[in-house]
Amino acid sequence: MAPMERHQDYVLRTVEERGVRLIRLWFTDVLGQLKSVAISPAELENAFEEGMHFDGSAIDGFSRVQESDVLARPDPNTFELLPWNRGDDVSARMFCDILSHDGTPFEGDPRQVLKRNLDKAHERGFQFMVAPEMEFFYFSSGDASKPLEPLDTGGYFDLTTTDAASDLRKRTIAMLEAMGIPVEYSFHEDAPSQHEIDLRYSDALSMADNVMTFRLVVREIALEQGAYATFMPKPLEGVQGSGMHTHMSLFEGDTNAFHEPGDPYGLSKVAYGFIAGVLRHAPELTAVTNQLVNSYKRLIAGYEAPTYVTWARNNRSALVRIPVTKAGKQSSTRIEFRSPDPACNPYLAFSVLLAAGLKGIEEGYELPPEAAANVFELTPEERAAEQIGSLPQSLSDALDAMERSELVAETLGEHIFEWFLRNKRAEWLAYKSQVTPFELSRYLPNL
Amino acid sequence: MEPLLLYPDPPPPELAQALDFAGYPWKAVSDEASVERLEPDDGWAGAVVCADVDPEAAFSLCRSVRKRDLPLAPLLLLVSGAQLPDLELRDELFDDFCLSPFHPRELEARLKHLFWRTGQGTRPELVEYSGLVLNLETYQAAIDGQPLDLTYMEYELLKFLASHPGKVFTRETLLSRVWGYEYYGGARTVDVHIRRLRAKLGEEHAGLIQTVRSVGYRFGQSRWGL
Repeated sequence: MAPMERHQDYVLRTVEERGVRLIRLWFTDVLGQLKSVAISPAELENAFEEGMHFDGSAIDGFSRVQESDVLARPDPNTFELLPWNRGDDVSARMFCDILSHDGTPFEGDPRQVLKRNLDKAHERGFQFMVAPEMEFFYFSSGDASKPLEPLDTGGYFDLTTTDAASDLRKRTIAMLEAMGIPVEYSFHEDAPSQHEIDLRYSDALSMADNVMTFRLVVREIALEQGAYATFMPKPLEGVQGSGMHTHMSLFEGDTNAFHEPGDPYGLSKVAYGFIAGVLRHAPELTAVTNQLVNSYKRLIAGYEAPTYVTWARNNRSALVRIPVTKAGKQSSTRIEFRSPDPACNPYLAFSVLLAAGLKGIEEGYELPPEAAANVFELTPEERAAEQIGSLPQSLSDALDAMERSELVAETLGEHIFEWFLRNKRAEWLAYKSQVTPFELSRYLPNL
Repeated sequence: MEPLLLYPDPPPPELAQALDFAGYPWKAVSDEASVERLEPDDGWAGAVVCADVDPEAAFSLCRSVRKRDLPLAPLLLLVSGAQLPDLELRDELFDDFCLSPFHPRELEARLKHLFWRTGQGTRPELVEYSGLVLNLETYQAAIDGQPLDLTYMEYELLKFLASHPGKVFTRETLLSRVWGYEYYGGARTVDVHIRRLRAKLGEEHAGLIQTVRSVGYRFGQSRWGL
């Protein structure tokens, strides 16, 4: 049997043996929302062979002028039984590739965008490995009309409630591991009720699938226990927001292409080129890694989030940090890109980061000097003298930078690039037209 | 099941992989002398001989294993289309043949049929190691009676490892034998899948798969406790 047939055969047999009733076909819209179509086991074989037809016009970023029908074809390699709702209702999921009617990759499908970019890296002999640190908050409810109530405080005994939140986290990790998503670390973050779970590195496509699964699992487990989990980048004023620091490395076969034994930082020319690439293109790709109005409330000074385009070894205000690798652990040589937030579309975010890094390697970009001091303490003049640029200050700035970027247009493809800009401009306009409590309390009394 | 004899050594990778996937254990031999030397205690289960590279040597090997007191059977011959005339007057040397390049599915079907006809043990149904059981017929795996929910590649990797307890495999070997050479992800894919498997095996059983520093991975202990 050819490999693909074996994969399918495996899935069909497992569905039969384990009494799976429903197979959920998962895919992701351009904004990074997980979508699901459920099919019965009887429809599965057909789904593998021909794909499932559906009307894409209701999906964000899928609609086109001429025709809106698309095909979802499940990737049998992503077949997992869902560990929740066990009992009678055994269900499983597979991620799908979205195809146009003629069977070609559909240009509005973020998963195919990432695949295309990984293919490009592969042609140059590179495998792209990614490990994100996922931060999020637990609140007692997701009702936006009421003040947010963190789970760690809010009238309960501290000891009990701290336990409740860490119990949630423990259950979440058990569920993730059962779904083949290994966890590296997990801990309580600085802000009240903020938690972090770090995923073990994997190839970027599996990791983007994992991030989608992760967000669902975290929210499901919280709901199951009567709580609410959110990946909103900055839900609370005055405390840290939630980031998705992304660790990245390139492998050539068995060796880490970022590692160079003789170098003072242990980094290779490939690594320096990659860093230079992500730094130079950082302002253009920020709209993708930080796609909400709210994202830019996290990217401010004082909360361990980056605001300037710098790199450094042990400076957590830098945009790119070089984690220290232990002796004998050369394969873990990597760089950490600290601006993305967990509300991004991981397929698109990994795509633009990879493309920027590869561009830096190819064109031999020169790396600016390492940021020595805390960049926040420099005066604007000093920053200008050292040619330290800023990340966009708002979604609007980020969209302006993106619109001028050939790199991002090429990476995302014309369809997604244009749709994204249009959609996000509309979001910015809706935000801008609001009169906020800030303005009323500040201006009304005196004007 | 005893291993199949495979000629030549090393065998073509796609042949090795097809047999691994079909669940047939095998040992490769390079010449007639090693047929005796490597023969398992209970004899060879059968043979697959590639005659498309060095036909003379291959036919000579077939002749020698068929001339033994107990002729080696079943014997499946792989030949190229241009070699079909060579089969004439050599009917006693093989039980069936398959055109090379072969389709893995055809190879598997021919072997299955050969074993059915000769009434010998067909491919093994179960791979077992301490509490772990893999059913090759249904693709299901369980540990201590609890089903394991595995993806296809996790299942194939576990099957491969559990079929060779105690043996150390490099990442490259695992990649070529389990994933196949054209696979996309590179050797780090192996590490990623090993971690996923350990996570699913749970803390108690994660130690079944050991990391052998700067070499690769080993599953459990060999049957002889070595």
